[in-house]
Amino acid sequence: MLSLEQISTRICAAIAGARIETVPNASPSAQASLLIDNEHAREIAAFLRDDRELQFDYASNVTGVDWPEKTVKVKTKTKKVIDGVEKEVEELVEQKTPAFLEAVYHLYSMVRGGGPLILRLRTGNRTDHAVLPSLTPVWRSCEFQEREIYDLFGVTFEGHPDLRRILMWDGFEDHPMRKDYQPVAEEETKP
Amino acid sequence: MKTDSPEDLARQGVVLTTVEGLYNWGRKNSLWPLQFGLACCAIEMIAASMARFDIARFGAEVFRPSPRQADLMIVSGTVTKKMAPQVVRLYNQMPEPKYVIAMGACAISGGPFRDGYNVLKGIDLYIPVDIYIPGCPPRPEALLDGLIALQKKITAQHLTGPGRPRHLDSRAAGEFPVPEFGAHDLVGPTLPKAEVS
Repeated sequence: MLSLEQISTRICAAIAGARIETVPNASPSAQASLLIDNEHAREIAAFLRDDRELQFDYASNVTGVDWPEKTVKVKTKTKKVIDGVEKEVEELVEQKTPAFLEAVYHLYSMVRGGGPLILRLRTGNRTDHAVLPSLTPVWRSCEFQEREIYDLFGVTFEGHPDLRRILMWDGFEDHPMRKDYQPVAEEETKP
Repeated sequence: MKTDSPEDLARQGVVLTTVEGLYNWGRKNSLWPLQFGLACCAIEMIAASMARFDIARFGAEVFRPSPRQADLMIVSGTVTKKMAPQVVRLYNQMPEPKYVIAMGACAISGGPFRDGYNVLKGIDLYIPVDIYIPGCPPRPEALLDGLIALQKKITAQHLTGPGRPRHLDSRAAGEFPVPEFGAHDLVGPTLPKAEVS
């Protein structure tokens, strides 16, 4: 299998305007992934499947991730003029990362034997822009798993042929795998 | 010849019994379970029905594929909230007299999934349970022990009076309300928690 950088440049050469970012993984597995933009996602997916050098013909797993809003304090060194003398001062700056939902695709190539290639798609936010393009038209195996993400995380997949809840019942309104989900309070039992 | 005790009569080839005794003897030795399993406990239930443990020794080997012909519901495994209405409906479709065994931690209380979003916190919220078998999953011997406990319970039932079985009590509830799917949880009246003696 080609390296992530090679795959990334190959995609960018073939699809004009595709924005691809490599997401590093700090864990021992160091399994980095590609974050692709939503506008070109289906084009990129079709390219990954059909390209002679890549041929990722099998999406084995699709899963969702909920990323709540994060504030990270980062130490930054800034130069400040204090009492007429320029000094380097360390400051704690809060960096806010807005909340979003993510769909993660694990791709393999049955023909070439490569994989997994990990694709990530991110929504704009967790409320009114929880929309992603469906990759079911490219890989049929995504159908049920995208339905599961729709059910448990509340991501709407545009272009999905049959987007319904798959585990919970139709009238259910919550998304239980979201981090802010509160289960129904248990009634107090007799002592 | 003095023949005052039933044992003496039995030696002479005469069997005396009460209607109640005969009725309960028949019922307890032909408890036909409903053929349905929900999770891993069902595998132990199947093992209990096969040759090694052989539930047929206790007259309960005839697993019926229809609730109309079943006397006993073995709730063998995790009852998800999505499955609960179907379990209650199957119970309602069984003819009286009928009994329920809650097999394993999940059927009793939700077990390891109690804090989850999708598992019922015990089937006894919606249908009356006669025997609780703890375990995760209980071994086939435990199921057989539960079945014997149920047989003892049936033997001790009087056909008249305040403790009589539900099917002989015209005022007792015949059907139990089937819970419905709500926006956040199952909706519907639940039974009061059984007082475990």
